[in-house]
Amino acid sequence: MSTITLTINGQQVTVPAGSTILKAAEKLGVFIPTLCHHPQLTAVASCRICVVEVTFKGRKKLVPACMTGAQDGMEVETESAAVVESRRTILELLLANHPQDCLTCGQNGDCRLQDYAFRYNVPGAGFSGERHAYKIEDDNPFIIRDMNKCILCGRCVRMCAEIQGDGVIDFAHRGFNTKISTAMDLPLSKSECVFCGNCAAVCPVGALQEKGLRSSARTWEVKKVKTICPYCGTGCSIELNVKDGRVVGVTSCDGEVNGPALCVKGRFGYGFIHHPDRLTTPLIKKNGRFVEASWEETISLVAEKLTGIKNDHGPDALAVLSSARCTNEENYLLQKFTRAVLGTNNIDHCARL
Amino acid sequence: MTNSIDEIAGADFILAIGTNTTETHPVIALQVKKAVRQGAKLAVIDPRVTKLAELADYHLQLNPGTDCALLNGLANVIIAEELWDKDFVAHRTEDFASFRQWVSGYTPQYVERVTGIPADVIYKLAREYAGAENAAILYTMGLTQHISGTANVHAVANLAMLCGQVGKKHSGVNPLRGQNNVQGACDMGALPDVLTGYQKVTSDEVRAKFARAWKVDTLPASAGLTVGEMMAGTQKGCIKAMYIVGENPVLSDANAGDVKEALQKLDFLVVQDIFLTETARLADVVLPAASFAEKEGTFTNTERRVQKVRKAIAPMGRARADWEIICLLAGAMGYTMNYQSPAEIMDEIASLTPSYGGISHARLEKGSLQWPCPNKDHPGTPVLHKEKFVRGRGKFHRAEYIPPQELPDQEYPLLLCTGRRLYHYHTGTMTLRTGALEKYYPGEYLDVNPIDARKWKLTPGCRVRVISRRGEVELVVRITDTIPPGMVFTSFHFPEVPINNLTNPAQDPIAKIPELKVCSVRLELL
Amino acid sequence: MKNLAGKYKKIICVCSGGCTSSGSGKVLAGLQAAAAEKGLAGKVLVRPVGCHGFCQQGPIVTVEPEKIFYTRVTEADVPDILEALETNRPVERLLYVDPTSGKPVVTYDQIPFYSRQQKLVLEKCGCINPENIEDYLDQGGYKALKKVLSTMTPQEVVDEVKNSGLRGRGGAGFPTGIKWQGALSAKIKDKRYVICNADEGDPGAFMDRSVLEGDPHSVLEGMAICGFATGSHEGYIYVRAEYPLAIKRLKIAIAQAEEYGLLGDNILNSGFNFHIKIKAGAGAFVCGEGTALMASIEGSRGMPRFKTARSTEKGLWGKPTTLNNVETFANIPVIINKGSRWYSSIGTEKSTGTKIFSLTGKVVNTGLVEVPMGVTLRRIIFDIGGGIQNNKKFKAVQAGGPSGGCIPADYLDLPVDYDSLDEVGAMMGSGGLVVLDETTCMVDLARFFLKFTQQESCGKCTPCREGTKRMLEILTRICEGKGTPKDIDDLERLSRVISSTSLCGLGKSAPNPVLSTLKYFRSEYEAHINDKRCPAGVCSNLLVYTIDAAKCTGCGACARACPAGAISGEKKQPHAIDAGLCIKCGSCLQKCKFGAVVKK
Ligand SMILES: Cc1cc2nc3c(=O)[nH]c(=O)nc-3n(C[C@H](O)[C@H](O)[C@H](O)COP(=O)(O)O)c2cc1C
Ligand code: SF4
Ligand code: SF4
Repeated sequence: MSTITLTINGQQVTVPAGSTILKAAEKLGVFIPTLCHHPQLTAVASCRICVVEVTFKGRKKLVPACMTGAQDGMEVETESAAVVESRRTILELLLANHPQDCLTCGQNGDCRLQDYAFRYNVPGAGFSGERHAYKIEDDNPFIIRDMNKCILCGRCVRMCAEIQGDGVIDFAHRGFNTKISTAMDLPLSKSECVFCGNCAAVCPVGALQEKGLRSSARTWEVKKVKTICPYCGTGCSIELNVKDGRVVGVTSCDGEVNGPALCVKGRFGYGFIHHPDRLTTPLIKKNGRFVEASWEETISLVAEKLTGIKNDHGPDALAVLSSARCTNEENYLLQKFTRAVLGTNNIDHCARL
Repeated sequence: MTNSIDEIAGADFILAIGTNTTETHPVIALQVKKAVRQGAKLAVIDPRVTKLAELADYHLQLNPGTDCALLNGLANVIIAEELWDKDFVAHRTEDFASFRQWVSGYTPQYVERVTGIPADVIYKLAREYAGAENAAILYTMGLTQHISGTANVHAVANLAMLCGQVGKKHSGVNPLRGQNNVQGACDMGALPDVLTGYQKVTSDEVRAKFARAWKVDTLPASAGLTVGEMMAGTQKGCIKAMYIVGENPVLSDANAGDVKEALQKLDFLVVQDIFLTETARLADVVLPAASFAEKEGTFTNTERRVQKVRKAIAPMGRARADWEIICLLAGAMGYTMNYQSPAEIMDEIASLTPSYGGISHARLEKGSLQWPCPNKDHPGTPVLHKEKFVRGRGKFHRAEYIPPQELPDQEYPLLLCTGRRLYHYHTGTMTLRTGALEKYYPGEYLDVNPIDARKWKLTPGCRVRVISRRGEVELVVRITDTIPPGMVFTSFHFPEVPINNLTNPAQDPIAKIPELKVCSVRLELL
Repeated sequence: MKNLAGKYKKIICVCSGGCTSSGSGKVLAGLQAAAAEKGLAGKVLVRPVGCHGFCQQGPIVTVEPEKIFYTRVTEADVPDILEALETNRPVERLLYVDPTSGKPVVTYDQIPFYSRQQKLVLEKCGCINPENIEDYLDQGGYKALKKVLSTMTPQEVVDEVKNSGLRGRGGAGFPTGIKWQGALSAKIKDKRYVICNADEGDPGAFMDRSVLEGDPHSVLEGMAICGFATGSHEGYIYVRAEYPLAIKRLKIAIAQAEEYGLLGDNILNSGFNFHIKIKAGAGAFVCGEGTALMASIEGSRGMPRFKTARSTEKGLWGKPTTLNNVETFANIPVIINKGSRWYSSIGTEKSTGTKIFSLTGKVVNTGLVEVPMGVTLRRIIFDIGGGIQNNKKFKAVQAGGPSGGCIPADYLDLPVDYDSLDEVGAMMGSGGLVVLDETTCMVDLARFFLKFTQQESCGKCTPCREGTKRMLEILTRICEGKGTPKDIDDLERLSRVISSTSLCGLGKSAPNPVLSTLKYFRSEYEAHINDKRCPAGVCSNLLVYTIDAAKCTGCGACARACPAGAISGEKKQPHAIDAGLCIKCGSCLQKCKFGAVVKK
């Protein structure tokens, strides 16, 4: 494969032909901020925060690093005066039309706008003037949609079209009134939306927030544990967000099966874990009513009963149903138990349902 | 699945049979939609107008339960028009001659009469499937939950082999499994006739190997009972005690009314679950289990991918992981199961199961593995049957069409089909307790075609009693033309709508799958 | 007028362009009916033609072969016009009156507005019937296509266009031959497209419309030649949906050309196929931008896309695509017929040929003007345009529409070509020239253009969407007298960032009206900000109305006219205006017969 050698901030780097400046910078560990760019979505180069100053064939100009191809002999400056002025101005412009309610925003701490404002020392809106005053959409149990916080990076639009494949949302109107909208600007709950939440997963700011998760924990309070979704047989990877020993939400990570995508059950169906109906103690039915019991008492009762029936009626008077929702290890142990301890092959599960 | 999920997007032709993929496997559906966006042809065989059907180039709205005839009809055309993959058939399969002969009876004209699909559509579809470079077949319960389920699956396999669409990328025969570890439960031998990795209990050699490893003298040699047989055995009194782990047959099984009655006859019932399910309520002893978030282990998905499950939080109250409970119980019955962790159990599985031979928790930490993975250097197997089938040559099975056991008649004039909804899962024990899903989709409906609605004088939102020969439920009517005339549809997610009190327990004789997709009912306006 | 369509003694041409609303339809119908009635059918041809360009004087009727030029014709003039044919004495009251001499002018070649133009592209506009291919053929139409198909190779055509020096008339001025070469040499061969950009979104511009309405075949011929030269068999014309007449005439023209074997399969038995489809625009200015236009044809929202390859490599549906402007295509037959050498002798070295301008604003003669590249602004505005209306002072000319800039009086002798305009901070754009006199406020003017670009910004990229909004707000503040000195710094910084970081040409050029006015008229900004004064007396918030007590007779007319009740005074005593109540509507100024109300 042919390669290309360019200079970034005075350092030479060689990358495969066809690489973007952003890729080349990544290789060198040089930071370039991005908002609209997402590795799994097509590039659009619309937010312009990633502009870098390029000198090529004697001409100097600002180009978006996320889509501009690296060329042999290119000289790139990622933090020149013009670049920094542009980035600061773009941030000031975004903040000038963005609620300044970071203190109570659920996305606080996991927001690119915040991170870049800090990095480029932009304390707030650089300009006064009109701001959007859209109604916050809060009529569904999954996603809070606050278009006042939207920076129009279009990631959600591309996510819904390119990965979710549903194209529920798109850009509407023009100029300052440009807005991400469903057909006829209906709320998501009245649209074709299936609440996979994949759009919320890629929103770099707080415009699309997972309702449960963002209202119950600050972003830095959660520990993320990567595991597998408990629902269908697809086997999507999910991250359980844990705070104080409780699962407060699910986020997607880059799963081997699912990439960044999940469905509504996987992303929003975690509430059962801490539901008050969960069984927390062994129960023994006495006179038709369940009473709480200790593990010792319960296990010896079960052992005694099963042994008794086995002795009286033979092992094939016993039967076991295993579970398609238990782990492999547990299914293995249960069939081992059935065969080696109970002495029967009467084991099955609901594979057929 | 013979192939992997991410290969679907690369197929040129997708044949989706009896699968409402966008609702039951939403993330797999993304691959199908991607394929369509990239120009693949999609054919959907389904009596209902699902979202997938709306995307399809061909939507074959066949008479329910006639899939096998349709598939055979396709094979018939492909053979008659000499479109089959002669090389593949010659080198990789057997019994083609007899297949050719019996399938010749499935002429498009005959199949049209049975399925209601016009002969010219059958011709067209057959030619497209046979002509595709890479054609993938997807199916789920819509194909299997019939008394002819096994024949249906054989018919699918016959078709794929006929066109050489197995053993290579972006093709294959791909059942999409409904529950997250149903594949794993099968792999682990939670079945009456096989031990792990589908090793037969009837094989002396196999049993000897396991007996040695498990340090027991003997293991039972004859196949045990399936769920349905267990319930029947209970009714007859030969089964005296049951130990049910993480299942809710009172709601999920066909003719659930009988299941409940059967379980009540037991001398002793132990249920181990995370909730006090409808089944657990019948138990003598209930053991509180940990949820997936509270334990370590592995799940195997529908594409045979073994992935790591990680413990995020401690079990609720005094609940314990299922594996710990089983160890306790075994110990109390005089058999020591002494494992420090699920990782250790997996090592034992690997030592006894050739297809899991190379799998360990340590390896899975770095990334998942698709079985067969026979040794610790093996990278796993994304595509099955590449050079040869497990049994050597692929066998063409005789897959004769048998009509559903119970079809509408004067007394029960409508056909009831059951399935799942996007927002819920299985018997609802989890999804009805999330604080979100049940708020958005709080109750169930009976989907009725407008023509039938007119006929039975139903209005949107009215309540009806749905009655079959076995039971009845009450439901709210939703009128929609996504359901063909003559059919009504609902799900089995809601305990207040125990629809499986109505369904027909008649089973496929081989796979023992009940015919949940077809039974006949009548409606009474309330 | 070279040809009289054979047998006719006289041809009466009635302009039937987009301004048919001004009554030319009735004139045409009236003339046709009356001529028939008079039994002139075989002798006199009444012909609907395209725009004559001198729209201010419309509806216009010309009589050939005498070149008689009638202005502001109405239905009532029909009998006199026909009568004059027989008497051979033109209807005097309909003749154009030279504003300097005050004398009537009989023929159009004596009118300076026409005599100082050079019409290559507009030559046939105004004398052929655009809905009749025969007229076009009579005038040598499709000869260039025949020549190309029968005697030239694609490379030879491309070379000829390269040598002509033709540059794109859509605004950017990219050399057309080089563009075509790109498409001809593109790697992808299976499918290629030609697109004609007829989206013409600049406010006030209508040269493309005139060409399409007056001479549609010249564009079709240019496109077909381009198709042959670049190996393409499929063309699109992306027309503004607001141009229904252009669309109608294009449809007729395409159908006729197909019927004559000049479009479609196997054109003129050469084996070359070329089909043209019309696509009505989505009604947004930004859809004229190449990538947005292609997105719109593909069925997506008309939003520009960042290009990683030239459109001639990867354009419409990822295939090599040659996109040119209407006027660019209309130049092609001329170049092929007359040769690149002849063509390149017109204009300047780096900007060859002619350019059509739409001359509007405070100039005496408004309309379409075609002149060789390199003529001076003075010639266009004063010689052809007849100078400034009402003897006011020339202040500046805004060139290039919303993406262009203002050129002050110092540069009146600037030759008008791509590079000179760029140098002074304006641009050719699509050829709009808005003449401004001393009563124009330059801050207000900049605000007007920013308002347009802000509304038309597609909303995709941050600097354009958010930045133009803030610039507009700052300009509005300044006009309202609420500006601060920091505002000028902010305007300059925003301009710098928007023009250097925006994704497409709309954003990149959006600050131009502000930058050029800041450059040449900075003092006006400062007067607004520091002195709270609008030197041109336009910004209403900054005006003060007072009554000159010396002139006031106390008639009370102003007080009665004032809707705000801000004027008081005893009868026959000098009145006074309460500045706090005054809403600056100017009613009093209009009402006062004695010139006592003063606006400052
Ligand atoms: C915002 C914007 C609007 C434009 N509108 C037009 C238009 O209406 N007509 C046009 O011919 N070119 C327009 N252009 C220029 C086109 O992008 C393109 O350069 C031109 O059509 C190429 O043709 P040419 O080389 O013949 O000029 C516009 C450019 C921008 C940035
Ligand atoms: S939740 Fe899913 S379907 Fe709905 S808009 Fe977002 S990405 Fe699209
Ligand atoms: S510069 Fe303006 S019009 Fe062009 S892409 Fe950006 S927002 Fe859209």
